[in-house]
Amino acid sequence: MDQAEYAEYIKKITPKSKIWGSLLRAFVVGGLICLLGEGLGALYKMWLPNYDQTQIGALVSSTLIFLAAVLTGIGVYDKIGYFAGGGSVVPITGFSNSITSAAMEFRKEGIIFGTCANMFKIAGPVIVVGVAIAMLCGFGYFIVGLFL
Amino acid sequence: MSTIFFKQKPRIVGWYSVAGKKESEGPLGQTFSRVVRDEYFGEKTHEGAERKFFVTAIQGAIQSAEIQPDIVFAGDLLNQIVSSSFAMREIGLPYVGVYGACSTMALSLLVAATFVDSGAVHHAVAAAGSHFATAERQYRTPLEFGNQRPPSSQWTVTGAGATFLSDDKQKSHIAVTCGTIGRVVDFGVKDVNNMGAAMAPAAADTLARHFENTKTKPSDYDAIFSGDLGRIGEEALRDLLKDKGYDLGENYYDCGKLIYSAKQKVDMGGSGCGCSAVTLNGFILDKFKKGEYHKILFMATGALLSPTTTFQGESTPGIANAVVIEEVEA
Repeated sequence: MDQAEYAEYIKKITPKSKIWGSLLRAFVVGGLICLLGEGLGALYKMWLPNYDQTQIGALVSSTLIFLAAVLTGIGVYDKIGYFAGGGSVVPITGFSNSITSAAMEFRKEGIIFGTCANMFKIAGPVIVVGVAIAMLCGFGYFIVGLFL
Repeated sequence: MSTIFFKQKPRIVGWYSVAGKKESEGPLGQTFSRVVRDEYFGEKTHEGAERKFFVTAIQGAIQSAEIQPDIVFAGDLLNQIVSSSFAMREIGLPYVGVYGACSTMALSLLVAATFVDSGAVHHAVAAAGSHFATAERQYRTPLEFGNQRPPSSQWTVTGAGATFLSDDKQKSHIAVTCGTIGRVVDFGVKDVNNMGAAMAPAAADTLARHFENTKTKPSDYDAIFSGDLGRIGEEALRDLLKDKGYDLGENYYDCGKLIYSAKQKVDMGGSGCGCSAVTLNGFILDKFKKGEYHKILFMATGALLSPTTTFQGESTPGIANAVVIEEVEA
């Protein structure tokens, strides 16, 4: 067997993720997280009638981030993640989990060189790419605006 | 050649294995010398726990041999092999650190046997170990990060094992008689979640050379063990060896497959230096003691990668070291 044949052979004998089951679980759990967000939004709107939609949105996001951080701290979120996959990684709760878990993991190296230096280890690239894409889109929007 | 024949046949006069909770719940649970259910082993960090596993295993092997060793050969997976070195800070014996990734148990055994065989030392200890949490941190993601493991991944064994070798021929009838040092073989596997596939070509290379150099065939051994190839690696090894004209047959086992049951959610099986170390220094050597094994081939396999090489796009080279353990006249 040469390298190419071996790669082909390994591909054949390596089990694949069960895509339909994974999709279904991601859909259900991701959907439930969003449903929770919607529910929280409705509650906040009822309790705080003077707040506008943007403020309500910020409150909902902060609550979800807080809840996910607590669930990470008590060792539950990784179990949800193991079950749901993308369903609990993609929503803002997954973002919270990636930062909290890294902060906890590196706590043993101290606050500065452990927690502070490493808490964005997983979330960092997402933030950088997010900011970069936002800048590109903004620039594109500006250019298009010049001609309209 | 690279197969070493030990004329003096260094004797295995003591051994000890200490494993974690998950390992104790697996099929080999009863075979470990000691089980530690606390993943921190009473320490503040997982790294500290891994060290303590080492100290426990090495001291356990010394106690079971009832002799003071001249030297210790040990290695682990952490950067700068700190677990072994820091454990030896506590033990205080002359020490040589060895690194062969997950092949370290077989490697340290080979080096120790060579030292004893040459007459350079009388008594030597060989040890290896790993910890799930420290390996996850170094190679993968934080423990509490909620992601899914690909089905090809393996689970790092928490545990350490130590084997005591001596030139005292009266003390034991179990001996290390020869061994084959591995070559670094790379078949271009880049998937870090498929270590079995990356290591299987090295394992096939070592076994084929071993059979050729020793003029033996798989059926000459009561059992052949690989360290932590897992289900994919095991299948690949069987097929690669078939191409070279060897059929591993029924008496081939992978420690990574033996150590956990299918219910334990470990995907392809166990891995890490500790996987082969606790299996050898429990299950396998106990079988010699009971007289069920007379001659076995123990081959541990290692993936020689680091997170840096992976991120830089390098493929994963593998290595496999093999040792023959057999019954001899006391």
